[in-house]
Amino acid sequence: MDFNDTPQEATFRAEAKAWLASNAPSHVVPSGVMLDDAEEVSRGKAWQRALYDGGYAGITLPTALGGRGGSIIEAVVFAEEEARYNLPKGPYIAIGLGMAIAVIARHGTDQQRARFVEPTLRGDLTWCQLFSEPAAGSDLAALRTKAVAYDGDWVVNGQKVWSSWAHRSDWGILVARTDPKLPKHKGLTFFVVDMKSPGIDIRPIRQISGASDFNETFLTDVRIPDANRVGAPGEGWACCMTVLMGERLGSGSEKSTVGPLIDYALATPGHAGGTALESGGIRLALAQALAEEQGSRYFEARLRTMVSRGENPGALAGMVKLAYASRLQKTSGLAMELRGLDAIAPAPQDAATREVQHDYIWSTVMRIAGGADEVLKNQIAERVLGMPGDVRMDKDVPFDQLR
Amino acid sequence: MNFDLSDEQKMLAEQARGLLAERSPFDHLRKLIDACAEWDQALWHELGEMGFLGVTIAESHGGLGLGELDLGVIAQELGRANAAVPFFSSIVLCADAIQLAGSEAQKAKWLPLLASGEVVGTFAYAEGPGPALATGTTFSSAGVNGTKTPVADAGIASIAVVLTASGLVLIELDQPGVTRTKLESFDQLRAHYSLSFTNAAAEMLPGKTSAATLLDRAAVQAAFEATGAAEACLHMARDYALSRQIFGRPLASYQAIKHKLADLAMLVELSRSNAYFAGWAVEQSPDQLPAAAAAARLSAIAAFETGARENLQVHGGIGYTFEANCHFFYRRERVLSVHVGNREYWADRLIAHLPGTQAEAA
Ligand SMILES: Cc1cc2nc3c(=O)[nH]c(=O)nc-3n(C[C@H](O)[C@H](O)[C@H](O)COP(=O)(O)OP(=O)(O)OC[C@H]3O[C@@H](n4cnc5c(N)ncnc54)[C@H](O)[C@@H]3O)c2cc1C
Repeated sequence: MDFNDTPQEATFRAEAKAWLASNAPSHVVPSGVMLDDAEEVSRGKAWQRALYDGGYAGITLPTALGGRGGSIIEAVVFAEEEARYNLPKGPYIAIGLGMAIAVIARHGTDQQRARFVEPTLRGDLTWCQLFSEPAAGSDLAALRTKAVAYDGDWVVNGQKVWSSWAHRSDWGILVARTDPKLPKHKGLTFFVVDMKSPGIDIRPIRQISGASDFNETFLTDVRIPDANRVGAPGEGWACCMTVLMGERLGSGSEKSTVGPLIDYALATPGHAGGTALESGGIRLALAQALAEEQGSRYFEARLRTMVSRGENPGALAGMVKLAYASRLQKTSGLAMELRGLDAIAPAPQDAATREVQHDYIWSTVMRIAGGADEVLKNQIAERVLGMPGDVRMDKDVPFDQLR
Repeated sequence: MNFDLSDEQKMLAEQARGLLAERSPFDHLRKLIDACAEWDQALWHELGEMGFLGVTIAESHGGLGLGELDLGVIAQELGRANAAVPFFSSIVLCADAIQLAGSEAQKAKWLPLLASGEVVGTFAYAEGPGPALATGTTFSSAGVNGTKTPVADAGIASIAVVLTASGLVLIELDQPGVTRTKLESFDQLRAHYSLSFTNAAAEMLPGKTSAATLLDRAAVQAAFEATGAAEACLHMARDYALSRQIFGRPLASYQAIKHKLADLAMLVELSRSNAYFAGWAVEQSPDQLPAAAAAARLSAIAAFETGARENLQVHGGIGYTFEANCHFFYRRERVLSVHVGNREYWADRLIAHLPGTQAEAA
């Protein structure tokens, strides 16, 4: 057992470190600085361009597609080193790299690969994900947005929701129902859609955080050329699985949320004199959260070891996010309690408390998006423990006969 | 990075698991309880013959001279089987104390006997309610005076390492100055005694290793033991739920049960991961040991507590019977939650020794 890189990994890490040291600093966004959306996207594109020029965009993607042709473990090492800098890497970049390229590389045509993969790696194209609908979230295959073949095109009508950064994206990945006579998973087809197409109406949604990062996206008689269909008609669900596999890997966080809390408790007067950290209740709560955080870190080390051996951790990996999301909610909640009333209305210069407030709000997203807690627990029970699947009333029924 | 057990360690675990499945099934534990046996003596000697007791004892003293993780995989299997052997008292605590703090003569005399299983030892630290590491017992030219209680496995032990106000001493228990009184033990498979000393003859353990460090090292093994036990609870509950039909379908198909066990599976993996790291730190990064041991201990208590309770819950009424197997773990869990320092002790220790930056760099 050791934490050492293999010689190849060490060589790669040294290269990556050196490259980042000379290229990353000029792209760093100082923490606490809020950029407006347009500025954030343009900085994100610039950093992606730098990665591409440096040969670090699409590390696991074959060189023929413009990637580096490296291993998964190299991608992990690079991500570890890159995470040492606070770089602009929002969904507008991540959806393209992690989802759009993954689907196009696997299910697309050569023409589609040529047209989309390299420009996305270069940061020239930004992407959004048009999957969720008002009546289809965890149960994505219940989606109702329709695409009907017409005159060499597809005509799309429906409503998507929670479309992150759709208002700033060039292209969208879209899944729509093309055959309602088939059971729900079978009648779906995958498309890429130009977000400037006529008939797309993007309306911002006001979030509980106050920001509007996500949107409702209405599609009314939107025409998508057949050349932008990815995979065969009816192959949409398989494409979605390719996307979601990417989404559910590595959703933990490197940064300790408990460490700063302990420092804070140490610097804050307690009820009974002394510091807040001298309270038994606070010590116990913080120590348990810290033990869990440490456990997650070493659990990730075990998963990483599996990946570097070419094993697939499968649903085990979901435990990382499952543990992280609840812990973030618990620790940021505790951070607020520690601050007392000050947590509600901190002094204007108190950036740390504002960050805690932000974490408390953001933790709710972590528990819902990218596999909600309950969905992850089902997967762990079924795939890790071998327990039976949920009863599914709608599985084999033609979609148009449901309800 | 290679954060996994070695192939040899995995093989060792498999051997231990195979032996325990054969020699110590739950029906056998029931028989031991019915016979009011304090331990499974036959199994103990077999473990000794196979070398499992001397894993971390130096080769020059009759052991295998392997590391803490090797010992850990055995502790994990003993936890899984809930075996009725004084492994924790004799090997994890007593032998470790002698190996670290004993004189050459003490080591030469006792370690080979402990490694073979011929002699059982124990470690006396508590003195009734209060702190884990109690020092009301004294050691002077007159000998040792005071009472240590409760002390696990003291009925079958020939020697005890005893924490006194002057430090750690070694006492042979078959002497007039020692009175052993058997207590009623909540865990029917782990006997506890009160040990009273009246001018009892004793020898200092001259080494510098502190009792707190011994507890750190023992906590790592306790974490392995509890991880194995928690996983046994997880699998027992899963298997029962798969076989039990309720309202026309398997109990295991209900989400209330699936989610409970998914949560437990996660706790078991976090606990195992912390135990691995702590086992690694014992030898590779001793500065990190207090924090790593504390984190491992806290995670292990959380996992086993949930496992012991929810396993019985999933079984329903049958879980409350002596014939079912839930009760072994339900009782053992409370032992593991309070021996070598309770949750509060380890929370304090973790906060006092925050994880170093080395882990961060690693
Ligand atoms: C900030 C944010 C950004 C997002 N960005 C995007 C985006 O860019 N593109 C996009 O397409 N989507 C996006 N989403 C949507 C996200 O994928 C969905 O919110 C998620 O899939 C959950 O679906 P839902 O919101 O419909 O909740 P539901 O699926 O209705 O879930 C409601 C509750 O039911 C539980 N539940 C669901 N299924 C089961 C079950 N089988 N058993 C037990 N309980 C169950 C859930 O766990 C949850 O607690 C985003 C969401 C958020 C919050």
